[in-house]
Amino acid sequence: MPSTPSASPFTRLPDSRPVLHFSFEGRKVEARAGDSLAAALLAAGILPFRATPVSGSPRAPWCMMGVCFDCLVEVDGVAGRQACLLPVAEGMRVRRQHGAKAL
Amino acid sequence: MEPFDATVIGAGPAGMAAASLLAEQGVRTLLLDEQPGPGGQIYRGIETAPAELRRLLGADYAHGAALAARLRASGTEYRPGAAVWNVTAAREIWYSHDGASRSVHSNAVLVATGAMERPVPVPGWILPGVMGAGAVQILLKSGGFVPQNAVLAGSGPLLFLLAQQVLAAGGRIAALLETTARRSEWAALARLPGPAGWGLLAKGLKLQAELRAAGISWYRRVTDLAIEGESHAEAIRFTSAGRQHRIETALVALHEGVVPHQQMTRAFECIHRWDALQHCFRPILDEWGNTDRAGILVAGDAGGIAGARAAEHAGRIAAAEMLRQLGRVDAAGRDRLAAPDRAARARHLKPRAFLDTLYTPPAAVLRPADPVMVCRCEEVRAGQLRAVAAAGCQGPNQAKSFLRAGMGPCQGRICGPVVSAIMAETHGKSLDDIGYYRIRPPLKPVTLGELAASE
Repeated sequence: MPSTPSASPFTRLPDSRPVLHFSFEGRKVEARAGDSLAAALLAAGILPFRATPVSGSPRAPWCMMGVCFDCLVEVDGVAGRQACLLPVAEGMRVRRQHGAKAL
Repeated sequence: MEPFDATVIGAGPAGMAAASLLAEQGVRTLLLDEQPGPGGQIYRGIETAPAELRRLLGADYAHGAALAARLRASGTEYRPGAAVWNVTAAREIWYSHDGASRSVHSNAVLVATGAMERPVPVPGWILPGVMGAGAVQILLKSGGFVPQNAVLAGSGPLLFLLAQQVLAAGGRIAALLETTARRSEWAALARLPGPAGWGLLAKGLKLQAELRAAGISWYRRVTDLAIEGESHAEAIRFTSAGRQHRIETALVALHEGVVPHQQMTRAFECIHRWDALQHCFRPILDEWGNTDRAGILVAGDAGGIAGARAAEHAGRIAAAEMLRQLGRVDAAGRDRLAAPDRAARARHLKPRAFLDTLYTPPAAVLRPADPVMVCRCEEVRAGQLRAVAAAGCQGPNQAKSFLRAGMGPCQGRICGPVVSAIMAETHGKSLDDIGYYRIRPPLKPVTLGELAASE
């Protein structure tokens, strides 16, 4: 699926929290301690988060509060994680989710 | 199963206020919340927001700090990062924390799970880069992320507040597309609140004046919204004043109000009814927040939309009743304890009819046109729902079987209201008759391993 790394649609207010790094599809991404994974990915201009099981369509967060489940990504080998509820951790390995989580 | 005298679910204003009062009165109180910090959504990030961010978010947001501080001092057993996945009518609560499931039993349970944004199904709403206005506000509140070229579309106080906050943070709004209908404005005038509501109105008018003074491109009476793009949002089309417009943007914030997040109240199967003014289902509650299930109460927006300040008072009102149910006060004591909050809550409820009428969502969003996707998870369009309804599908629960609508990961949270509305319209039935999805636990994904290892 085509990825659309774009210029980030956000800037960020000055933040003094510690800087963290994680990877998305092998690419290093910077974040601050306390950021949700979804916020960090959106701020880095990373879209989409996943491809839907039904049609392989690109999706990214809708609600940012754990309700819509459109922010599902694979984190450290485990799929189906809601990125908006997950605080970024140093060294997290995140991948785009393709379809449903394998059982 | 761990016993607690009282369990409160949700650490927004209602939950924080209720848990604080209960614990201060010596009740062994557990507060469970899914987020890593207290505040719910309205006061999200309240403990960690830097001073500058708190300032630009405004005084209403800053008010949450006092609630959080009182919670921390109260002696409540507060467990963040806890996703409640079942609440039974027998008041057993199951939650998932750090990959392990635990269960709790309480004699008094308060559900304070708040509101969620109403879905805004328009063409293209499923594209990456399209979010609820609340989602964009969460990005601002929790991380100081400021949009640089956002289009805001819809209506309702949150949309205008977000616009103000984005500008205050130095962001740029490409356009504000307001869908408020002229007939809603006229109808709302008939429901103007008395003096108690004038303060709120004045605040709203002042906010709108500020936005006008900031020179935002502001379109009114917007209809026919559609978002264009292949793999992400690229532009938004709309009609306003008889003309068609197109604005390029990669970030669209949609909003048509909020609705009770009813997943948990449905889980323990208390009775809900359709609220024709707010266009949503809400649990039937008495004046204290009691549902029809003994010992289970609801406070805050989960019981019907009334806003953060009303939620805070409702939390303390419910807590007073829970104290009575736990035998800590008698009815007279409860009434005395709750009196100030009952008066305050009544004041905050006065402007509701006006606001709800003014910001009635457009029919196109409540019952979208055939090509529009309604169930995001399973990719079911409005036309498919109408077709199966005409072919014999009786309602939302049959729609699960016919189309898998409501069977995806969100468990019908997003599509539920719209599926019920479309089914009701096609069958010529009321929303109360057509009903809503049957909600079954677990409310959040739980692995078998986690269940097997649970206490």
